[in-house]
Amino acid sequence: MVSLADLSLHGDRLAFTTDTYVVDPLFFPGGDIGTLAVAGTVNDLAVSGAKPLYLSCGVVIEEGFPVDLLRRVAASMQRIALEAGVRIVTGDTKVVERGSADKLFINTAGIGVVPRNVSISASNARPGDVVILNGYLGDHGTAILIARKQLALEADVASDCQPLNGLVATMLEACPTIRCLRDATRGGVATVLNEFAQSSAVAIRIHEPAMPIRDQVKGACEILGLDPLYLANEGKLVAVVPESGAQAVLAAMRAHPAGAHAAIIGEVTEAPRGVVVLHTGFGGQRIVDMLFGEQLPRIC
Amino acid sequence: MKYVDEFRDPAKAKALETEIRGVVARIERAKQRPLQIMEVCGGHTHSIFRYGIAQLLPDTVEFVHGPGCPVCVLPMGRVDDCISLAERPEVIFTTFGDAMRVPGSRKSLLKAKADGADVRMVYSPLDALDLARANPGREVIFFGLGFETTMPSTALTLLRAKADRVRNFSLFCNHITIIPTIKAILDSPDLHLDGFLGPGHVSMVIGTRPYDFIARHYRKPITVAGFEPLDVLHAMWMVLKQIEERRSEVENQYGRIVPEHGNAQALAAISEVFELREFFEWRGLGSIDHSGVRIRGAFAEFDAERRFAVPNLKIADPKSCQCGEVLKGVIKPHECKVFGTACTPEMPLGSLMVSSEGACAAYYNYGRIDGWRFAALQRNATGRRRRHRRERPGRTRAGTRIRHAPARGKGARHGRQPGPWRRRQGHARPGRGRVHQRLRQPVAGADGGPGRGVARRFIPARRPARVHH
Repeated sequence: MVSLADLSLHGDRLAFTTDTYVVDPLFFPGGDIGTLAVAGTVNDLAVSGAKPLYLSCGVVIEEGFPVDLLRRVAASMQRIALEAGVRIVTGDTKVVERGSADKLFINTAGIGVVPRNVSISASNARPGDVVILNGYLGDHGTAILIARKQLALEADVASDCQPLNGLVATMLEACPTIRCLRDATRGGVATVLNEFAQSSAVAIRIHEPAMPIRDQVKGACEILGLDPLYLANEGKLVAVVPESGAQAVLAAMRAHPAGAHAAIIGEVTEAPRGVVVLHTGFGGQRIVDMLFGEQLPRIC
Repeated sequence: MKYVDEFRDPAKAKALETEIRGVVARIERAKQRPLQIMEVCGGHTHSIFRYGIAQLLPDTVEFVHGPGCPVCVLPMGRVDDCISLAERPEVIFTTFGDAMRVPGSRKSLLKAKADGADVRMVYSPLDALDLARANPGREVIFFGLGFETTMPSTALTLLRAKADRVRNFSLFCNHITIIPTIKAILDSPDLHLDGFLGPGHVSMVIGTRPYDFIARHYRKPITVAGFEPLDVLHAMWMVLKQIEERRSEVENQYGRIVPEHGNAQALAAISEVFELREFFEWRGLGSIDHSGVRIRGAFAEFDAERRFAVPNLKIADPKSCQCGEVLKGVIKPHECKVFGTACTPEMPLGSLMVSSEGACAAYYNYGRIDGWRFAALQRNATGRRRRHRRERPGRTRAGTRIRHAPARGKGARHGRQPGPWRRRQGHARPGRGRVHQRLRQPVAGADGGPGRGVARRFIPARRPARVHH
């Protein structure tokens, strides 16, 4: 799904996107709702190939929400905006009665400029292309699950929440003909790959042993019966790159802090069209489908 | 990951695969028709699809996916009962996560929650008890679900609730027991099963003894199996070896977890709290004698069925649904008339499409990499996908909240609104009264006398005195 509009004016292309952030809990290891709100919108712009420039910010606050927590959130937003090199130029605040909203909701909209030679789209993948991921998957989803404290589970996992525009810029420098790029947020890497496979009418084959997944995340998934491929990320992107440029992109990614653990996880093939196939470490294969609804833990 | 990776070693899998091919080649019977081995437990079904284990087997061996997914076999009427309990204003209704999506005749618990009912997901019945302590002004009901695997934790929770005199906690008991159901399947006339992979976690509680009748009376080999892919392959090899050597025994592949006599403490807790029901209804299989448990009189104050007026509606399975035949291995999931069309994981019509452990959902999600799956995908690539995307609950990437829109199109009605199969309370539809009568008629009761008619077929070989046989 494209959550971004391309606007053309006198030959220059602008990209425009908006997203609303709600998260429980508001603060979690590795970030808070403020870091999500800035990094999320910056990443939406970045993966379209745009250079993010300006953000707006709307905040809905439940009556009685502590001011010092609000300050913490604002400080996080500022920090990430500085890190990403974007400016928050306009904003609005509304306070609603207690019970009318859950603590704090944030909306950000962002505008960026797309360089003329860049053409990234989910429908560009071609057989022979290579699929690259910029690091450990499932960290954010796991960190949130554990931070909710409903599970008697403890693990040292922090959210991967980070802006990706710097990484995308170095990737585009290494290979301007990157075909597809998408940040793997809700629905995880599996959902992004399915979107690529269907939009491009190709098959994507990924290899389980090649997936960078932390042991803590694997462990939590084993216990809860979840699949890390569907866990949310907030600082991960999936790129489809022509084979000729793959090694250059991979090297550029690994040289950047947001891509230090980047890995080639699979390739694009002709058939079966529209399908993502996982080659398991065990020697079998299975289809990785779109997720229906939320992932729910299994009982036994 | 330590203690897990060892059981997923591809080199060992390859060796086992070669062994299995050797054994199968020596079995004469396999030359006429494929050997059918049923994995009883939903956890095995999940592993088989997740790791692509079926593809490692020769074509002359097939998995038949059994009834051991407690979420899948829950009848619609019980889900409706849950929702009517959850919708009471004083109630906090607590449940395991994967029961949230099971459709009742009107809606699922997930939908009831969206409509305002206080439904909360817990990971243990003890969490529900804590919730009751923290909310003394509310009634907390725990939706007890599952086989002997989850029964001990529910039993211990009730024991603790009683000891601590927690007055606002109760259990809506839907626990079921696997043995009578295996028996019912073995008794069905259209069955071709050659052997069983026995459930691992159930056996951790009940031990391996209760399966003796399968080997002795029905002459079918059974191997209790673990859930890692090498466990499943190893157990498969053991069952095939039995077939080759014309043995029918109860073997235990999962010895690192499963003791022969089970877990005495867990069994004691179960028998202190629960007693067998005369019968319990299963989705796709109908009513099966002694296949469910209820709360004993001594714990009546914690029994939601006694404490609240539960409507206890009986709702027959949808007519087009062929879950029963899939469960017995008569047809494959994708051979069902409604597979992937009227019945999908998002809008399940039959029980087996409900949970990821259900055979149909597993086929649909993880499908074998062969022709039917892709043919179906190509056919539905545009229509089905688009519809799903529009209706997927949750939030889109752009952050807009989506609730279930009213469905349109073929099959949309199923599982959403009362369908033509929905029977009014106490009134059988003309010509379809059999199920109803079966539920009402006397069955093997306290006096041990056999029931009549259809129910008789499902009576266990020996009448169990307690939960376990």
